[in-house]
Amino acid sequence: MLRYAFWRMMTAVPTLFVVVTLSFFMIRIAPGGPFDQERALDPVIRANLERTYHLDLPLVQQYGIYLKNLLHGDLGPSFTMPEFSVAELLHAGLPVSIRIGGLALLLALILGGAMGVIAALYRDGWADRAVVGFATAGSTIPTFVVAPLFQLVFALGLNWLPVGGWNDGAFHNLIGPVICLMLPQLAVVARLMRSSMIEALHTHHIRTARAMGLSEAAVVGRHALRSALLPVVSYAGPAAAALMTGSVVVETVFSIPGIGRYFVDAALNRDYTVVMGAVVVLAVFTILFNLIVDIAYTLVDPRVRYD
Amino acid sequence: MTADHHTPLLSVEALSVHYATDGGETCAVRDVSFRIEPGETVAIVGESGSGKSQSMIAAMGLLPHNGRATGRIAFRGDDLLRLNPQALRTLRGAEISMIFQEPMTSLDPLYRIGEQIMEPILRHRRVGRRAARARALEMLRQVHMPDPERQMRAYPHELSGGQRQRVMIAMALANNPSLLIADEPTTALDVTIQAEIIALIAELQRKNGMGVIFITHDLGLVRHIADRVYVMHRGEVVETGTVGAIFERPQHPYTRALLDAAPRGRKIPVAADAEPLLTARGLRVSFSTGRRRIEVLHGLDLTVRQGETLGIVGESGSGKSTLARAILRLVDAEGEISFEGQRLDGLSPRALRPFRSRIQVVFQDPFGALSPHMTAGQIVTEGLRVHRPAQSARDRDEQAVLALREVGLPPETRHRYIHEFSGGQRQRIAIARALILKPRLLILDEPTSALDRMVQKQVIDLLRDLQQRHGMSYVFVSHDLAAVRAVADRVLVMKDGTLVEEGPVDQVLSAPDAAYTRALIAAAFMDVA
Repeated sequence: MLRYAFWRMMTAVPTLFVVVTLSFFMIRIAPGGPFDQERALDPVIRANLERTYHLDLPLVQQYGIYLKNLLHGDLGPSFTMPEFSVAELLHAGLPVSIRIGGLALLLALILGGAMGVIAALYRDGWADRAVVGFATAGSTIPTFVVAPLFQLVFALGLNWLPVGGWNDGAFHNLIGPVICLMLPQLAVVARLMRSSMIEALHTHHIRTARAMGLSEAAVVGRHALRSALLPVVSYAGPAAAALMTGSVVVETVFSIPGIGRYFVDAALNRDYTVVMGAVVVLAVFTILFNLIVDIAYTLVDPRVRYD
Repeated sequence: MTADHHTPLLSVEALSVHYATDGGETCAVRDVSFRIEPGETVAIVGESGSGKSQSMIAAMGLLPHNGRATGRIAFRGDDLLRLNPQALRTLRGAEISMIFQEPMTSLDPLYRIGEQIMEPILRHRRVGRRAARARALEMLRQVHMPDPERQMRAYPHELSGGQRQRVMIAMALANNPSLLIADEPTTALDVTIQAEIIALIAELQRKNGMGVIFITHDLGLVRHIADRVYVMHRGEVVETGTVGAIFERPQHPYTRALLDAAPRGRKIPVAADAEPLLTARGLRVSFSTGRRRIEVLHGLDLTVRQGETLGIVGESGSGKSTLARAILRLVDAEGEISFEGQRLDGLSPRALRPFRSRIQVVFQDPFGALSPHMTAGQIVTEGLRVHRPAQSARDRDEQAVLALREVGLPPETRHRYIHEFSGGQRQRIAIARALILKPRLLILDEPTSALDRMVQKQVIDLLRDLQQRHGMSYVFVSHDLAAVRAVADRVLVMKDGTLVEEGPVDQVLSAPDAAYTRALIAAAFMDVA
């Protein structure tokens, strides 16, 4: 198992390299640059800026410099926020995004899992219909509709929660963003869990467990649930990577200093180094969570063994 | 039942099972009654869809949620249909146990064998984990599991089908039930393993004095093990009696048809001077798993002459299907293959294509081998579209009608989709699909194994008839010796990827040289006493 994890880490290096290389050149192909503004910059200042950031060098050379710095853990300065380096932006914003995203995913897995199981057990009953209805609504109503509505009702209307802000991650400030980020995930997990549970309940080994007189709790909890978890585990990996790297909508609506906002702004402003920082973070998270999922898989399913 | 003090172990009275479907209610079991005494062995016989499994699943309270049972199922006087779920659960796995047809999937793949056998013990007895573990181990010994201590820690996927069925039996009998319901317990297993499992159940029955209900379509089995027989047909019991009575004096026409369903007759022998059609020399096939290469076929020779049927028999894992695939070049093989005097080995897939129309294949699984998205007509003519693209649609349609008629299906069936056909009809469609290209050689890979006995017989008759008419050669791969005897000129017995014995079919099956062939025959023909 350790050998497998180590081997996977090693293969992550070339993957990262390919991702970084492709992204580096793709963002450069996109028209425009970090210093293009509505009013043209003074040519001398522009030349100075470009020299400072090595943008005057040939692209391949810039790429070489970027790779070299990356190997030293230096993600470079931000072009549009010159007072910050990319590392500083990440250091400030990433913990916020991880906290909100992680909480949202955890809640989505627990609540969504429970909803899916209940729906499957009482298939075609009112609980099932409620879950299916909720799941459809949750995955069709976009977050930019849900989040302002949430603020209207719970902050402005009932005055239970703050409208937004981070407040060092106080509990009251977390509730809104976490719920809004969670809802679409909850819908997906509930639906996934429901269908895989229904499938699991129809397998032959569940029939065996029932024929042996096992209690319904043992049949469902020990046998059906464990099989049914596998697809949900597979889904959780990429979902974790996506959630923990921040959400533009939620962070904007609730004015939260996460990294999702920076990333979108950076892409629009051609802030090359911040975009690349986002790519590296997302790639590392994706690789990491997929590895965790694969290891979790071996713990749940003995037929899967990586040696 | 008369009003004496005697109570049967299980008595089923006027049981009906209905299913709620989109098209209204369908009836799976209609007004069925039977009983079993303690220590007795009763067989419920019938083909698939006869309701034989449904009635027992109803007795166990295991019907799916759209199923509904009415009537009375009394176990020692208690009506199982009216027991509350809690009371029923205390009986299941303790007093009444059931084993199923699908040993490969009936165990939970995520738990160790020992753990799974311990579960019903812990559930029904007041014992600790240590005692339960000891009992589980003892059960594995009783079912003659090799190396039981080690297998306690194994997962189901590490065991063979026969071993998994032993585990199921160990689970079912761990609490000394007084009634065992065995639903086709050996159908999915090789013949020699079938015989072992049946002997094992009989041994444990003697030891524990339990009643056993065998649900089966295999009359040979019934004759050997049962005291009494119920014959079911379309959800009803059509005949009942002792084994002797049923086999000697069957009353109902369906029972007689069932008894008569063993493949009979012989192929008209091929002329002694027939030319060879296909020859293969030194066929080797190996697969690589990870870093290892495993050879599954160790240099096999074979010849099929014009109009001849070569039977290939062996148990699962013997390499017989691999051999068929190697001839078809569906797997990579070393060695020479010649067809009509031309070498096929080494030809590129493109150069091979003209030969593909002359060597056709029919697979075992008529449910998986035909696309559900195509009509029977489209399936049958697909080969024509590939091999004769210039042909007009009208010509193709005419040929489809002819091909379907040849396999005994009316022309209008070509507009229907596959799910509307029975297993036997699907296999006819698969044969028509092969036939339409006028092949010289037909490879039949277990073409009758997934079919009911009576349908098997019809398909075998059809195959013999088509061969007579068209002078094709067959390679008939099967583990079913009765089927092979009815169709083959010569037979090739395989074990572990090598040839065990080869010769004319009557000689090999009546006077086999090899011990393995004798064991195979003993297990297969225990009915043909």
